[in-house]
Amino acid sequence: MDNLSQLVEAFIFASDTPLSLDRLSVLLEQPKAQLRPIVEQLQLQYGVGDRGFYLAEVAGGYQFRTVVELAPWLRKLRKDRAPRFSVAALETLAIIAYRQPATRAEIEYLRGVDSGGVMRTLLEKNLLRILGKKDAPGRPLIYGTSRQFLELFGLRDLTDLPTLKEFAALDPQLITADPLTPDSVEVL
Amino acid sequence: MAIQIRLENFSGPLDLLLHLIKSHEMDICDIRIVEITEQYLTIIEQMQQLDLDIAGEFLLMAANLIHIKSRMLLPVSDDLVEEEEDPRAELVKRLLEYQRYKDIAGLFQQLPQLERDVFPGRFQLSDCCIEGQEEDEVIIGIYQLADAFHRLLKDKPAEVFHEVIRESLSVDDFINQIIDKLLQKKRLSFRQVFSSEFHRGELIVTFLATLELVRMQVVSIDQVNDFSEIWLTLMVPAEQLSGLSTEKGLLEYG
Repeated sequence: MDNLSQLVEAFIFASDTPLSLDRLSVLLEQPKAQLRPIVEQLQLQYGVGDRGFYLAEVAGGYQFRTVVELAPWLRKLRKDRAPRFSVAALETLAIIAYRQPATRAEIEYLRGVDSGGVMRTLLEKNLLRILGKKDAPGRPLIYGTSRQFLELFGLRDLTDLPTLKEFAALDPQLITADPLTPDSVEVL
Repeated sequence: MAIQIRLENFSGPLDLLLHLIKSHEMDICDIRIVEITEQYLTIIEQMQQLDLDIAGEFLLMAANLIHIKSRMLLPVSDDLVEEEEDPRAELVKRLLEYQRYKDIAGLFQQLPQLERDVFPGRFQLSDCCIEGQEEDEVIIGIYQLADAFHRLLKDKPAEVFHEVIRESLSVDDFINQIIDKLLQKKRLSFRQVFSSEFHRGELIVTFLATLELVRMQVVSIDQVNDFSEIWLTLMVPAEQLSGLSTEKGLLEYG
């Protein structure tokens, strides 16, 4: 293993958040083209196998993460209990993830209930972002999901979410509920 | 048949409706609206004493259901058949949409979650090491910014104290004000001089200013009859007014 490869590995290991190729390129003063094969090599080395962790690609970056199967054991390590999401919170996240940019009114129409409290909590947890204001009467705020959202669910980017069509394939009845062109999910 | 249902288990009226439709083995696209409405209303009655805020949304849906039901009962005239949409259409659309996001929410629940199912390497530096550390790549949104500011304001409660400002009303200023008005109008009634917005102090100083103007023979005061309007008239041509206020540094009444 050469020096650069060691450095990349060390950086990813020591970083708090997933490290993107762009960031690595800045930190190591090397072109991305040179770093990409190194990262790919590391992914092979640290693939999901017999190790306790692997090199995951999340939120546009790379991070070492423990293997899912070990979760029950690893939870013992953390003092605070794992965050649990309410049904309301997950529904709201689901709607925003697929419909972003979405206004609060749109979310509430789809859920049929007031969602202000839930959205506030999600904003506080940094899972939502305010993207701006909609060019519509009242100039309502528009919301989207954040990088932390991708990190939370281990997604590379928003296109990593199953498309609504794929999702509908699991339940054919849902295909008919497709008047809202939700496939055009914006990539962060 | 009464169904025991706890509303807390439902995230909203759509959720409750979906549950009813499924438990009665109906097709979402062909809801037996009479039956569903009846069931739904029974449940609403049961929860009558619950939280009004939640109930409001459930009541809205109840009204919606009754509306659809009544529209279904209306005879369909033959000419309009083509334009006439199934009254249930919008509700069905919403239910299907909701069903989809509810399923996705279930999917999210199953995805491996950070700090619950997968754990990244985490390092906590002791305080001494953090010092001098460069804070780079801090990503915050508008909400965080506004929230931080809000917290800042909350931590620093509004300072409640009574500030006593000694207003120094200068007769000089009021003289000039009156002259300005007189220059525009030549003649002013006593009432016009004393604006109704003035508080006591200002009224007093205005009065002193008026007296002063009379003493300097800049203004004359006349009244036609007892108790009739008192008029102030400018006696001096405008050009001579400029050097007027010099001698009256003395006239600070505070």
